[in-house]
Formats: sequence, C-alpha cells, structure tokens
Amino acid sequence: MTDAASPRHVPNRLQSPAARLLKSWEVLLLAVAVAIFIANSLASPYFLNAWNLSDATFNFTEKAMIAFAMALLIISGEIDLSVASIIALASTAMGAAVQMGAGTPELVVIGIVTGLLCGAFNGVLVTGLGLPSIVVTIGTMSLFRGISYIVLGDQAYRGYPSGFSYFGQGYVWWVISFEFVLFAVLAVIYGVLLHKTNFGRMVYAIGNNATGAAFSGIKVARVKFILFLLTGLMSGIAAICLTSRLGSTRPSIAFGWELEVVTMVVLGGVSILGGSGTIPGVVIAAFVMGLVTFGLGLLNVPGIVMSIFIGLLLIGVIALPRLWQKWRP
Amino acid sequence: MSITRRLFGGAALAAMMVAGGGAAQAQDNVRIALVVKALGIGFFEAAAKGAEEAAAELGNVEIIYTGPTDTTAEGQIEVINSLIAQQVDAIAVSANDTDALVPVLKKAMDRGITVISWDSGVAPEGRELHLNPSSNALIGNMIIKLAADELPDGGQVALLSATTTSTNQNTWIEEMNKVMGDYPGIEVVATVYGDDLADKSYREATGLMQTYPDLDAIIAPTSVGIVAAARAVEDAGKVGEVNVTGLGLPSEMAGAIESGASKSFAIWNPIDLGYSAAYLAYELATDAAEAGPGAEINMGRMGTLTLDDNGEGAMADPFVYDASNIEEFKSIF
Repeated sequence: MTDAASPRHVPNRLQSPAARLLKSWEVLLLAVAVAIFIANSLASPYFLNAWNLSDATFNFTEKAMIAFAMALLIISGEIDLSVASIIALASTAMGAAVQMGAGTPELVVIGIVTGLLCGAFNGVLVTGLGLPSIVVTIGTMSLFRGISYIVLGDQAYRGYPSGFSYFGQGYVWWVISFEFVLFAVLAVIYGVLLHKTNFGRMVYAIGNNATGAAFSGIKVARVKFILFLLTGLMSGIAAICLTSRLGSTRPSIAFGWELEVVTMVVLGGVSILGGSGTIPGVVIAAFVMGLVTFGLGLLNVPGIVMSIFIGLLLIGVIALPRLWQKWRP
Repeated sequence: MSITRRLFGGAALAAMMVAGGGAAQAQDNVRIALVVKALGIGFFEAAAKGAEEAAAELGNVEIIYTGPTDTTAEGQIEVINSLIAQQVDAIAVSANDTDALVPVLKKAMDRGITVISWDSGVAPEGRELHLNPSSNALIGNMIIKLAADELPDGGQVALLSATTTSTNQNTWIEEMNKVMGDYPGIEVVATVYGDDLADKSYREATGLMQTYPDLDAIIAPTSVGIVAAARAVEDAGKVGEVNVTGLGLPSEMAGAIESGASKSFAIWNPIDLGYSAAYLAYELATDAAEAGPGAEINMGRMGTLTLDDNGEGAMADPFVYDASNIEEFKSIF
C-alpha cells in the first residue's frame, strides 16, 4: 500500500516512519479479527469451545505456513503460484514411497526434498534465466500437478503408516494440535528472519529497488533463489501436514490453494508490488480468514457467501488505509 | 505473535467456562446435516427437497443443507468440522473423495454423531452405512443400453465423464465396460473429462465431434456434462446424427429432448434419494435401527434398505426419461 500511488512515501527498509503506518495496518487487522471473534461468539453458541476452536485452526495452519515464505517472496517482488501443485507433487511422491514400504521418517524427508527440488526448479528458471516469476510458476503450476495426474490418474495412494498421522491429526497438549505448534514456531522463525536479520533487510531492499540493491552489493539472484527454495520447502512441509490429515493422496489435493495463500499474504498487508509487509500481519490475516470461514460455517452460511465475504474483507482492509490517507492528509 | 497467542489463549479460557453451558442447551429436534459435493447443483437442491419432505414426515427433524463452494475434499472437511462443532445428530454426506474424508468423519463418529454417506460414498471405516441411489452394475448397463437402443446397426460412442477422480463416474464406466459384450457393434472410441464444468464439458464434446466425424452417440454419466454435450450437438448442427444420453436432470434436459439432441436419458429420483438419506440418518441417530451387514433399515415410503457386507445398500433402479414423460418431471427437479 506504500507503492506507486504515493511516491513520496518511504517504505520500511529500515525502521523508517513507515513503520508507524504499518503498525496501524496491523492494529486495523487485529481490530477486524477481534470484531469477528466477538461477532462469532455472539452469533453461535458453539463458537467458544476449545475443541471447536482447535478444529478451526486446521482451516488455515497449512496455508499459513506457505504464506510466511510467500510473504517474503512477494516482498522481494516475486511470486510463486505453483505452491498448491508442489503440495500435490510432494504428496504423490510420499504416496509412491509408501507403496514401496517407506516409513514415517523417510516420508518426511521425501516430502521436504520434493518441495525443495520444486522450489529450486522455479528458482533456477526465474533467477538463472531471468524469466518473470508469474509466468514461470503458472507453468510449473500445471507441470507439477500434471505429473501427479500422470502418476495417479483417478487412483489414490493410501496406507500411510500410523505414526505418520501425527503431523496432521496429532495433539501436542490438550487441544493444541501439532500443526498449530508448527504454525506458531514457523511464524516466529519467519518473523525473526524477515525483521531481525540482514537477510530480511536484503529482501526489503530488493523489493524496493532491485537494481539499487544489486549496486549495494546484495546478491539479488542468490537471495531470490533462496526465497523460492524456502517457498518450496514450506509447500513440502504443508504437503506432509495435509497428506497426514487426509490420510490419502489424490492428484486434486490442495486444488486452488495458491490463491488462498496469496489472499492471506495480501490481506496481511504485504504489498503485491513488493517492498513492504510484515509477518505479524500475515499471522493475523491467517486468523482472520480462519475465524471468518469457521464462524460462517457454524451458521451454515453457504460457501459462496463466504467467498464473497472474504473478497469484501480483502478489498475493505486494503481500501481503508488508502481512504484514511485521502481524508486525513 | 504474542498478541495472537494471547487472543487464542483467552479464547481457550473463555471456552472452558462456556463449554458446560454449550452442551446443556441441546435442542429437542434431531438435526441432520445433508452435506453435498458443492452447493448450487440442481441434483443436490432436489435431494435437499427430499430431505425436507422426510423431515416433515418425521416431525421433530431439522435439516441442515450445506456443502463447499467447489467440489473439493478440503472444502468438505471444513464444512464437516463446523458441523461437528455444532454437535449435529447426524451427517449424511455425498463425498468428493472416498478416502480423504475418513479421518474427519471418524472424529465425528467418535463424538457421537451418526455418519452415513449417500450418492458418492466414503470408505467403510468413515461411515456407518452407504446409500447407493441404484446399483452400479445397473447404472453401468443402463447408460450403454440407452445409447445402444438407438443404434440397432451398431456405431461409435464416446464418453464424456466428470473428473478423472470422480468415484461415481469411474465405477459406472467400469461396470459399463463389463457388459459391453452384450452390445455387439457398439464401439467406445474415447473417454474425455469435462470436470463437471459446463464450459469445459462443452469444449470436450465439441472436440469429440471434430475428432470422430462418424460419432453416433455421446454418453455423459453426469448431469453437468450431458447438458453441455446436448448444447454442443445443437450448436454443431448434428441433431439426429449424434444422440446425447447418459445421466441428467429432467428440468435441465427438457430442451435437449425437445430439440432431439437427446432421445432419452436416465436418472434416479434425487428427491427420493435425499428423502431416503434423511430417513436413514434419522433411524440411526435415534437408535431405531443399527447398521451392520445384512441389516434392514426402514426408509419410509421408499421401503427398506438392505445392507451388504460393505455396509452398502441400493435404493432403486434408475428411471428412464424421454419425450413421453419429460413434461411431467421437468417441473419437479
């Protein structure tokens, strides 16, 4: 939101004045989250129940894991639309390994390695050949899922070892699921990576001005390659969780998730044009989307109405700060 | 993160206080959730009508008609999670995926909810019984018979199915292939997939007519595909040359029957199906019946359902619609 239309505005490369604006963004989003939470509690007697809220977290934890890496990628000015297809391919690879007798540790390694390989493939095409990431990843979106369809057709892989179900169905303590803990840990890791390390500052610098960053001695291609690798890695991890949760693999797994992940990132205040955004914003956005879908679900609101609501929320949250700026210069 | 953690921690705390109250306000009505593959599909709207009919007959039943926006397993899992949260009494689901729904449905059963599948089934460990609208063998035979009856001298037919992963369609096509020997001279030249999307089905049907100029019939065992195929035949000016048949809804197919693009098609009655699903869910949820191999369960005006060793039962034979009865049924569903 700090981009082209307001050229005099300085994005938060270092803790610049922009930090205040971004903070207000998160405050706004948090207010929305709290409002939704309260509205849900009033609207449905079933909302305030620990197990139900725990179940609700599954609506967004896997997508949010990818959203963290995607946020960094989008801040750097690139995008990866192949993430859902990476899930499909990683899940298919794990399923194939199960048929050959692989155990839980091997499956985890296979899921992660498949994700990394896909990310590396995207990264090489974008940074090595200098192709636009949106084109490359639209291509690999079809490619990766296409491979799954060729391998599986209308079949499904089943028979995952019982220990494997822990990742998507296990609970660490009481209602706190393994997925939720992983989501929280990854949120902290990505928050630190983006906001407290040199690497994070390089990501902002590249997003604001890639040429300038290169002249400042930042290895732009290498940073971007690492970001694609991270996005692939997170997709692999999400594939492990989702496959474990579903207990089976079909080539249509996670269909359409790339747009939900991007929606989450943009709702979190990350500029789609690159250069600004925060991890706390994305975390709150994940909760907002999770709470909205679950709350409306409890009221048995049809899914299409939910989509409309999410769309309006996205437009509203993005438009509000800009309107604010206009009215109070 | 600290903010969100506090938010969630607070929620959990509040939940503990409210949990008792939430459980106490159980309602008198038996709440049966009819979960469909996706909302906005005529077939399922008709099934919901049938379920409401059963509810009216049974008296103290509330039907919750719900489903995801897209035909995805992940979407259905989210819907089922919210139904578990509402502590409904029964879930009757037409599944987008045989296996992927099993863990969440197991969770539902663990929490005391009756789970049955209907139309498109769930693996046995994820439900108490499965209600088939008809038997797969009968449907497989019916779709090829409808095409063959119009082709006494034999000919080329092609299949326009839903998605490559659609449990229903794949089973029927498999059963159809088993009885192809009974229809000498009929050759299946291709199977294409329209993904149950009107525009893609239309393109695939048009493609079939271009690839196989001598094509005599398109069999679409999906209510979306058959309408799109009929329109494609009309638009290509091939009415009379290519007969569209398969499974469709009378209301959507009335035009195709009138134009001659389709001579006949079959479908069970989705109203009966929704009625039976709701009735069965009620019988199980109120412990009036118990599911198990060989069990016979009351379905009201549809008679009784007999379960096989897999816990599956067939409701009735598919019904053929043509120019003689389309007028009567097109206003029903």
